[in-house]
Amino acid sequence: MLNTIIDGLSLGAIYALIALGYTMVYGIAKMLNFAHGDIIMVGAYAILSIMMINAPVISVILAIIVSIAVCTALGIVVERTAYRPLRGASPLAVLITAIGVSYLLQGMAQLIFGVTPRTVDFKIPGNIGGIPVYSIVTLIVASILMVGLTLFVKYTRTGRAMVAVSEDRGAAQLMGVNVNAIIAITFAIGSALAACASIFYVMQIPKIDPTLGSMPGIKAFTAAVIGGIGSLPGAMLGGVLLGLVEKITQSIPFLSAYTTAIEFSLLIIILLVKPSGLLGKKRNEKV
Amino acid sequence: MSEYVLETKNLGISFGGLKAAQDVNLKIKKNEIYGLIGPNGAGKTTVFNMLTGVYQPTTGTFYLNGEELRGLSQEAINHKGIARTFQNIRLFNNMTVIRNVMVGLHNLPEFKCNPLTTVLRLPGYYRAERAMRQEAKKLLEIFGLLEDRNNFAFNLPYGKQRKLEIARALATRPKLLLLDEPAAGMNPHETEELMQTIRFIRDNFDMTVLLIEHDMSLVTGVCDNVTVLNFGTTLAEGKTEDALSNPEVIRAYLGDDE
Repeated sequence: MLNTIIDGLSLGAIYALIALGYTMVYGIAKMLNFAHGDIIMVGAYAILSIMMINAPVISVILAIIVSIAVCTALGIVVERTAYRPLRGASPLAVLITAIGVSYLLQGMAQLIFGVTPRTVDFKIPGNIGGIPVYSIVTLIVASILMVGLTLFVKYTRTGRAMVAVSEDRGAAQLMGVNVNAIIAITFAIGSALAACASIFYVMQIPKIDPTLGSMPGIKAFTAAVIGGIGSLPGAMLGGVLLGLVEKITQSIPFLSAYTTAIEFSLLIIILLVKPSGLLGKKRNEKV
Repeated sequence: MSEYVLETKNLGISFGGLKAAQDVNLKIKKNEIYGLIGPNGAGKTTVFNMLTGVYQPTTGTFYLNGEELRGLSQEAINHKGIARTFQNIRLFNNMTVIRNVMVGLHNLPEFKCNPLTTVLRLPGYYRAERAMRQEAKKLLEIFGLLEDRNNFAFNLPYGKQRKLEIARALATRPKLLLLDEPAAGMNPHETEELMQTIRFIRDNFDMTVLLIEHDMSLVTGVCDNVTVLNFGTTLAEGKTEDALSNPEVIRAYLGDDE
């Protein structure tokens, strides 16, 4: 049982890291970045590419660094080339573009790496009392990242500017805040967190293919909505909740076939009871 | 250096076929308090939006201390020295009062620190943050908001929200302050206090103020000169009393006798 809970928490931590990217971008750029899941796929392929260099410890460290660097750069490039030109366009146009970017990334991965799933041995071996070490590491590192992000938003001037932009982009701009730079930083941070998620994800599921990002992407998006999209603690809570539900239902024999159905039903139920999500703020529309 | 802090030349904008403002020619001298008035829908806020880069003018241009600002982005115009408040208050509601002001301060050269200092949290970063907090406190004290500094902006009473908006705008250290209906929703006593505040800002911040207002007691009380707009065009301009007694202006406000 403890095993299941730790597993659930560590999977939840991965979802939470991804969900933070969704929720930050939604809160600050006011858009749903459906290409966010595919950043994880890119991160996974970055790990795969580096791991093909046969040098045990160095390649692991290099893989982590490269994966984070590639994803961060990709996040900035995607924002600059695909989303920034659409600033001020209708939300629907931006949404469709995001879906387009998602397919573009998957297509490119197919071209470069082919459609056959690859496996990569990127796992911290061993276990403590039956609990795999990688689960524990995931949990600890993800917690540090989440605390770090919270402190960053709360106590730095960039964080302050981010909150200001999410509160009222126009007013922030008129107070001299460089909104484009803030949105670029948001994408960079979101993508870096997604890269961290990809590192932990391939430790759990070492099978890499071009559509690898869709499922964790959708799950993390669900987590962000459950927690209240736009809210950082909400994304963390939603992610952990979803990870726990997934692992616990999987461990119960007669429920294990319905895991995904249960997860998405949870979303529907929470949205019915609390449409703004668990920690989401109710928006009072101005008349 | 130009004789005027703000000078607009034939400034105008049309949305499709609608000319929301046309041929607006403002000339505002240093330390002047200048009123931009006119009936609802006359294009006053549109002029503000052009001056702050929210709208790009379709005709004409404008200068701040002789420097042409037309075509710059909103944040660039703010950096050049124009700051504003909004007709319907637009504070960062879920931020504390002091953080609202600090957002305004964060671009000032003296609080700047290079990215390396910021990322590595060197002592310089904390020094800059502390200095910024001090500066924010000073501004809040002037506006009687010091006690409220850790409250969320949305929790402030209406009058204080208006003051906070002005404090936040002043934090960006503008050369020209635009106030969009600062007295809206205020009672006569609060309006009187506001007039003193505006004069205080002019004298102590060496400020030039352009304001939009419907409350005529405030306009006659503080404005040296006014421009009256109606249907996007200039109806009258000049000394406040003269412009307001112009028959055209009276007709625009009160309608014809017939």
